[in-house]
Amino acid sequence: MHSQPDFIHLKKIATQLRRDIVRMVHACQSGHPGGSLGCADFFAALYFHVLRHNPKFNMDGIGEDLFFLSNGHISPVWYATLARAGYFDVKELATFRQINSRLQGHPATHEHLPGIHVASGSLGQGLSVATGAAQTKKLNHDHQLVYVLMGDGEQQEGQVWEAAMYAAHNKVDNIIATIDYNGQQIDGPVDKVLSLMNLKAKWEAFGWCVTEFNGNHMEEVVAGLDKAKSLTGQGKPVINLMKTEMGFGVDYMMGSHKWHGVAPNDEELKKALAQLEETLGDY
Amino acid sequence: MAKYTFTEKKDTRSGFGAGLHELGKQNNQVVALCADLTGSLKMDAFKKDFPDRFYQTGIAEANMMGLAAGMTIGGKIPFTGTFANFSTGRVYDQIRQSIAYSGKNVKICASHAGVTLGEDGATHQILEDLGMMKMLPGMTVIVPCDYNQTKAATIALGKHIGPAYLRFGRPSWPVFTAPDRPFTIGKADKMIEGSDVSVFACGHLVWNAIEAEEKLAAQGISVEVINLHTIKPLDVEAVLESVQKTKCVVTCEEHQLNGGLGDSIAQTLARFYPAPIEMVGVNDTFGESGTPAQLMKKYGLGPDNIIEAVKKVLKRKKA
Repeated sequence: MHSQPDFIHLKKIATQLRRDIVRMVHACQSGHPGGSLGCADFFAALYFHVLRHNPKFNMDGIGEDLFFLSNGHISPVWYATLARAGYFDVKELATFRQINSRLQGHPATHEHLPGIHVASGSLGQGLSVATGAAQTKKLNHDHQLVYVLMGDGEQQEGQVWEAAMYAAHNKVDNIIATIDYNGQQIDGPVDKVLSLMNLKAKWEAFGWCVTEFNGNHMEEVVAGLDKAKSLTGQGKPVINLMKTEMGFGVDYMMGSHKWHGVAPNDEELKKALAQLEETLGDY
Repeated sequence: MAKYTFTEKKDTRSGFGAGLHELGKQNNQVVALCADLTGSLKMDAFKKDFPDRFYQTGIAEANMMGLAAGMTIGGKIPFTGTFANFSTGRVYDQIRQSIAYSGKNVKICASHAGVTLGEDGATHQILEDLGMMKMLPGMTVIVPCDYNQTKAATIALGKHIGPAYLRFGRPSWPVFTAPDRPFTIGKADKMIEGSDVSVFACGHLVWNAIEAEEKLAAQGISVEVINLHTIKPLDVEAVLESVQKTKCVVTCEEHQLNGGLGDSIAQTLARFYPAPIEMVGVNDTFGESGTPAQLMKKYGLGPDNIIEAVKKVLKRKKA
């Protein structure tokens, strides 16, 4: 997993994740395709190249890297990734958001779905939880890393900045946060709803080491995450501002907040799938 | 002769501090977090002796709850410390999602609860916390009665698995239970046996109930005093056993009548054994500045209020 990345394979995985996402959201006619599609490259790179992890899930995750999804509404891409990485049968993706499923609308530990360490969905909490987990790793002399993904709209939550201040003050340098910087949120462009102003300068002022990369270009994602990894252990927490396009991979969903939380109909599904090659076999 | 006496008064928060320090010695998985109230929460001893397991979070309680949830991943047992108001209402959604719904082994330790916080006034005197916490699925809720019991409850939480809320207070209060008195989470503690009326109390009001019992006994009224330190899970068996004998009930707590101990008991009786019930507590109002004694009196939480409630419920029982 830590050898040279096979970019062709990682791209194939990302394409299949995108197929899985639109099919899952279509099947239950609810969920959040936009952000999920935009982050498919990141998830493929993370789980199939970067993370040291074991699909035989263990809540304590000692000796493994940990990943937290703070913007829990992009659960489709995470569920698809976990299934494709062997945490559970890909057939279970068909149960997404349906009664008696382990695949809740927003991720939860309550139904014991392998791969999930904490519930998320109510925004702004994941960075705190990830920071706590990173501090436990330090107490345990466990040298693996903690990763967390947040949304850019989520940066409007005050708790994010409480955690930012805390992690820098306490030199939590075994954490790599990433912001899905797609510029969109439910009510419209982030700049119109509540501007983040200079987000890079903000995180730098909070004492974090900030990197930037294009989240919809596999080579750049891998290089960006590798770089972030090389910056850990130096007394500062690390954060990636990852530029993505909401809806990436499905032309009519791209670049608009409209597809943040809307499911495609039958016709739209067909149109989407025609643009996404079935690389690993549909569930 | 008095059934319970005391030779000293101590604050229950100091019982928490002593218990936490003891736990620090017993179990190196125990960690403590505090949001800029280390002295008020009496966490100094833990901080001094286990500095690598003590986390100062600054005035950022939401982050503290998230940190605590995350620290459980990898086996730590976090105890968070701040005032009860900032331990509950301020961070309800963080507790709900990251701790309770996620089933994390976090112990939320809350001081300065209720009107006996005193002079700081209503902004800090939370009277709704038990309701909020007991409504969360899977949350254990404990309100010990004095220094010794708070210490015992803290130590017991070290072995308990799952999210829990431990509520204690600021004022000096009689220490009337023995240091070695058994404490079991979820098990009612019968303080005084009686036959005419069951008085269920928690926290500081257990002592008030004991004082009320002494005066009532002198008037020939036999009062059973039960310390229901665990609001959830409620010891339903102990409640019903007592009420089946006495046939009437008074509940006592430093909390709103809505959502507190009395509310839990009324619900239990309505379902399993309807009986007349009177409730001593705060009735849909905020507190104010004053001394703990003045506030107890003004808001109807003193021994005299318990005596009055007992007489009222006894009349209803006969009617």
